[in-house]
Amino acid sequence: MSEIKTNDFVIRFANVNGTGSASANALFTKAIFRMGIPVTPKNIFPSNIQGLPTWYEVRVSEKGYLGRREGIDLMVCVNPQSMARDVESVKAGGYFLYDSTKPLHSQFIRDDINYIGIPMTELCNLAFSDARQRQLFKNIVYVGALSALFEIEFDVLIELLGEQFKGKERLIEPNITALKMGVEYVHQNYEYPLDIRVERRDLLGDSILMNGNTACALGAIYAGATVAAWYPITPSTSVVDAFAKYAEKLRVDKTTGKKNFAVVQAEDELAAIGMVIGANWNGARSFTATSGPGVSLMNEFLGLAYFAEIPTVLIDVQRAGPSTGMPTRTQQSDILEAAYASHGDTKHVLLFPASPKECFEFTAESFDYAEKLQTPVIVMTDLDLGMNDHVSAPLKWDEDCGYQRGKVLDAAALDKLERYGRYLDVDEDGIPYRTIPGTHISKGGFVTRGTSRDEYAVYTEDGEIYRRNMDRLIKKWNTAKEIVPAPEFYQETNLSKHGVLFFGTSTYAAEEAIELLKQEQISLDPMRVKAFPFGEAFADFINSHEKVFVIEQNRDAQFRSLMMIELGVNPEKIVSVLNYDGTPITADNILKQIKTNLPI
Amino acid sequence: MSYVRSKFRHPMLPVNDLGYTVDFYEGSLSTLCAGCGHDSISAAIAQACFELSIEPHKVAKLSGIGCSSKTPAYFLNNSHGFNSVHGRMPSVATGANLANRDLIYLGVSGDGDTASIGMGQFVHVIRRNLNMVYIVMNNGCYGLTKGQDSATADVGSKNKAGSVNLFETIDLASLAIELGATFVAQSFSGDKDQLIPLIKAGMSHPGFAFINVISPCVTFNNNAGSTKSYDYVREHIEATATVDFVPIMKEIRADYEEGSVESLKMHDGSFIQLHKLAKDWNPTDRVSAINAVQTAKAKNEILTGLLYMNPDSTDLHELIQTSDRPLNKLTKKELCPGSEVLQGINDSFR
Repeated sequence: MSEIKTNDFVIRFANVNGTGSASANALFTKAIFRMGIPVTPKNIFPSNIQGLPTWYEVRVSEKGYLGRREGIDLMVCVNPQSMARDVESVKAGGYFLYDSTKPLHSQFIRDDINYIGIPMTELCNLAFSDARQRQLFKNIVYVGALSALFEIEFDVLIELLGEQFKGKERLIEPNITALKMGVEYVHQNYEYPLDIRVERRDLLGDSILMNGNTACALGAIYAGATVAAWYPITPSTSVVDAFAKYAEKLRVDKTTGKKNFAVVQAEDELAAIGMVIGANWNGARSFTATSGPGVSLMNEFLGLAYFAEIPTVLIDVQRAGPSTGMPTRTQQSDILEAAYASHGDTKHVLLFPASPKECFEFTAESFDYAEKLQTPVIVMTDLDLGMNDHVSAPLKWDEDCGYQRGKVLDAAALDKLERYGRYLDVDEDGIPYRTIPGTHISKGGFVTRGTSRDEYAVYTEDGEIYRRNMDRLIKKWNTAKEIVPAPEFYQETNLSKHGVLFFGTSTYAAEEAIELLKQEQISLDPMRVKAFPFGEAFADFINSHEKVFVIEQNRDAQFRSLMMIELGVNPEKIVSVLNYDGTPITADNILKQIKTNLPI
Repeated sequence: MSYVRSKFRHPMLPVNDLGYTVDFYEGSLSTLCAGCGHDSISAAIAQACFELSIEPHKVAKLSGIGCSSKTPAYFLNNSHGFNSVHGRMPSVATGANLANRDLIYLGVSGDGDTASIGMGQFVHVIRRNLNMVYIVMNNGCYGLTKGQDSATADVGSKNKAGSVNLFETIDLASLAIELGATFVAQSFSGDKDQLIPLIKAGMSHPGFAFINVISPCVTFNNNAGSTKSYDYVREHIEATATVDFVPIMKEIRADYEEGSVESLKMHDGSFIQLHKLAKDWNPTDRVSAINAVQTAKAKNEILTGLLYMNPDSTDLHELIQTSDRPLNKLTKKELCPGSEVLQGINDSFR
């Protein structure tokens, strides 16, 4: 036995899609979470419902590093299809846990790793008669075995099963039986616990374990969104699913049974965004959720919303493109597409949440920003944040904070006006006043259009008037810089010649890499970006560093381009740190790329 | 087109129940070609709203792109309008309607906007039975891009450039009935006596009311050989029954002989009176409606009038059970579950 590593390892489960492994694996993760230990699970799954290999990777980290880490300490392999590759991916000295009902073929034997055979199929065939149970409980047997090997508290597992099967209590007993079968087999046949193991801590405080899509949905519920229109697309589908689920619980009038919301599954993404624009135009808060291919289809409408100045909220859960790309793998590769969606001179406000808490807050705030600025706001999450559970600070709602609906004139305000001008820049911040249809019998009506018009919304092709309007939209864009969330800095004043910036899910691995660099006496000033357009603090940070590393998860360094386009940053000043294989970026990867470029 | 509109109004113009004269329902000066059928339809819409005593700001007028889609600027100046993107008006109308079920939604589209680029949205807005009036100003050609054939051009019809359409035409009325539209009518822009009551009835119908109006393009599709020219349409039109629309507040008067008038009660209590000029016309029978439209078509005729109506229509709001109060009127108090509930949600993720 080598050195004991407590609360610091990576375990990967190699399963067959559609065999019920997901809930068993989630049970494993949740148990570690309940023991107060930082844990981060990642689904690495195929675009398939049944039959193809799927992996679930869990990192346990006493230090609280919640990014993905390379190197597998223990592999649970119940999928013969992927076994050759799975055996290979275990670290030297690591463990390979497999179904030993049939002997392992000699080609899978490495002499530098340890094998733990559990006859899962045999045990389940003996204990259960139903074919489905025999399949499902194999997963629970390995969770039982792992609990013995890692010393996961058995009571915690029992407690979790009780919660999971509340209302279906008859399912609890066979689950416990299966867990115990795994535990007992380990107790009788192997030395336990392993040198990698867990131990109860109190490191998580009041944290929650939630995925970003659920958090975005709750943000929309809390912000008062009433119309959700969407077209199913991985990995965004569960945003609207969760919105509908919570709305059914929280938004149904108890006396009438009528719904204070509407969810429409549209015929395509074009219709989805069209409905969102129609509803917002008519004074309801409305949103859609999609992924890259959907954003491509929504481009024309996004240009209309920008030019006609209609609040619009879009949640883009990014995946690996281009085209259909890798629909079940993660990337941050819609940055340029979203920033400049549509033909003509358009640009859009982007928000970059990094945690479920921020998914909730940024989604809720996006409705305020969209209505204040009367423009599309795109919440940029990704598959990793959206579909994987993350340890996060709890969601918080400030009761005193009202909905900020922006500049809307009611009938009384219209009565006081001699003539209403939809596109008049009354306050000189580039943001005009809007009216909602049906407000006033003879004032405030106009035709909203994507064609050029004057300040009174009257159609015109006068070049000077068109230019004036386009310039006002830039004035509004500059106002947006002051409204959207400022970047987060990790230092009061700059300590280094060089900076490093990152956003969204790159944050986890970036923070870890920065600490690791510090241990090697390499210091960089970090900045976490939360929004586009870039404000003054962002520009100051770039200007006050010689070189800036930009960490992003796409091939073309899209965020770097955005900095060059918007701020004219000298390309030589920006050193890109990239990852685009579809898996979440790791600290090791960042470290390697930064060190290759040091000293600079 | 004229460049200046006369401000003169007859001092004795009749007023409606709200005390407004018809000019309160007019729009800006049209920029369409002189003699365009679309302008007659715009006038019919204004007249219908005037006669129904609708407050103009309670109407939202929406359109896509094309000559027809320009018209919302040419009627109901006091209404909000939305000239959206090509073929996508139905989705914008759907969102708008979901936000506020209390307004009247009037969509205007063309044959290119509906039967080609917008076919997908047209089909699905029918399926959802969105409560709106959807008027297609159908001229069988693309006007703004100078006369290309549209998908509603008849096989063998000749366009202005002299080329003959080779492809099967899309018959929007048959399609709408087939897809389950709950109100389908067909008319001709030059027949306001028929068109105005149809628009009024459509506005009272609680669901998707589709009116396909043949509206000849004077500039690009009014030539000999076109089956959507004024002359061709006048010669080949066949009316079903003529329709009178009686709003809820008016007493029904049978102006016609017993046996030739049929009253259909609408959801809101108003009536449609059908003068049965055509034999055995029953607008509530879907199968015979499709049959009649197709039979007329086989004879190169255009069947006009109220082709089909389902008096028990259930609109989208009823189908998905949204609140009676418009969603856009709900406040934070009704919409936000509050921090205590959020505590409970947080707990369920621990």
